Amino acid sequence: MRASTMDTERKANFSLAPNASQGLTMAQERIAVAVNELDLYYGDKRALNSINMQIARNRVTAFIGPSGCGKSTLLRCFNRMNDLVDACRIDGEITLDEDNIYNKGVDVAELRRRVGMVFQKPNPFPKSIYENVAYGLRIQGIKKKRLLDETVEWALKSAALWDEVKDRLHESALGMSGGQQQRLVIARTIAVKPEILLLDEPASALDPISTLKIEELIHELKKDFTIVIVTHNMQQAARVSDYTAFMYMGDLIEFGATDQLFTNPVQKQTEDYITGRYG
Amino acid sequence: MNITNKDAHVDHISQQFNAELDDILTQLMTMGGLVEQQLKDAMAALKEGDSALVQTAIKADQEVNGMEMHMDEQCTRIIARRQPAASDLRLIIAISKAVSDLERMGDEICGIATNAGKLIEEGAVDESYTQMRHISDLVATMVRDALTAFARYDADLAYEVAKRDNEVDKEYKFAMRALITQMMEDPRTIAQSMHTIWILRSLERVGDHAQNVAEHLFYLVKGVNVSHSSVEQMHATLDMDT
Repeated sequence: MRASTMDTERKANFSLAPNASQGLTMAQERIAVAVNELDLYYGDKRALNSINMQIARNRVTAFIGPSGCGKSTLLRCFNRMNDLVDACRIDGEITLDEDNIYNKGVDVAELRRRVGMVFQKPNPFPKSIYENVAYGLRIQGIKKKRLLDETVEWALKSAALWDEVKDRLHESALGMSGGQQQRLVIARTIAVKPEILLLDEPASALDPISTLKIEELIHELKKDFTIVIVTHNMQQAARVSDYTAFMYMGDLIEFGATDQLFTNPVQKQTEDYITGRYG
Repeated sequence: MNITNKDAHVDHISQQFNAELDDILTQLMTMGGLVEQQLKDAMAALKEGDSALVQTAIKADQEVNGMEMHMDEQCTRIIARRQPAASDLRLIIAISKAVSDLERMGDEICGIATNAGKLIEEGAVDESYTQMRHISDLVATMVRDALTAFARYDADLAYEVAKRDNEVDKEYKFAMRALITQMMEDPRTIAQSMHTIWILRSLERVGDHAQNVAEHLFYLVKGVNVSHSSVEQMHATLDMDT
């Protein structure tokens, strides 16, 4: 566009590569998790087809796609939650700091400490707020009260919950609102200082304001954690994530910077899904 | 992802959303048609020395302004309620910007008509029209083609429009030189030449806005922002996908 009329000579040097996102590129990221040729079968049914992707450290990666596309299945692969499903078989590898988490001899309990998970419905334990957050630490054998107190306070502050609950830490967690319970569960998850935080539709059971609080929290938490989120809500993916993966029927259709994917996706299937043409 | 035609914007699951996008595209074409007619009237006023057409062109600007307001509201409402993404988002952004450019064209044409009115009063239309006939034809074609490009989602035509702006700029410089010479040779023509210069200047600006409209369409279709790009860079983008 001409700002002034006659200076056609004065052109800005402008890159024209259509896919050059203005912001993030995977090449500049530190990689937290790499998925290589991952196939997953539930019995005879193949639920994930040769997935290859990388999760960038200290970024939010969102998985979107219609129900049954495999996004939650893929998310659960990151901390081997699928091990609990009978007849589930996995080929390929997922590396966390260069080590394949599906190697024999991997301590799954330790893996799940490093890769924490929060589910759709808040699931606080029927214990006090304090004990909910301290639970993982106690399992690790931490008994020092001062250390427990400090960590509980840090986790609750990180989960943006401290101011709301600091005067009732020893009351039951079940008396909290749904939004508070979900933030409590996030506090419980981060209390054991995981590296990766998996969020499986963390806000879909919450009202809009609680949802926004969770989204704001995700934004804050990515300073300390690598976050992978599954969401049905595309606007939520657009709001919170740095990278977005679109999946369909077990395939990873498109994976790229969120800005790029939501303004000019490469694949028609992605375009059709995010613009409400199918799915 | 490139899009190739308008059908790409009317196949959502939500019929209401389809209708809204279809409607706003139609409105853009209507607004473009108004501006095109306004330019024709203003130039015909000059050519034929018809002051009634001067008034028609000036009045048309109010209608153009009204459409701008209405379409701005529509765009805002669609963004708020539909949260458009990808090509839908680019459509709304492109339309919203094209609307601003069309409105500015309307203002410039209003200025052309006003100056044409003064030239008619001074009985100096013939000579003046000859000086700007060429640039006026060029600009009118640019406006028409920019709108056609939008109607057809035609990035190639948009490129042609952008390319033609350079010709307009050349013609403008050429005409200006001639007018300056004329004013130096015969200072009695200064008042008349000034009106002619204002008209030339406005025509050149209308050409710039037509180029902008073409660039917005290019962004909509190709997903590449070519504002401030040279026509060669624009051409390179066209080649990239073909």
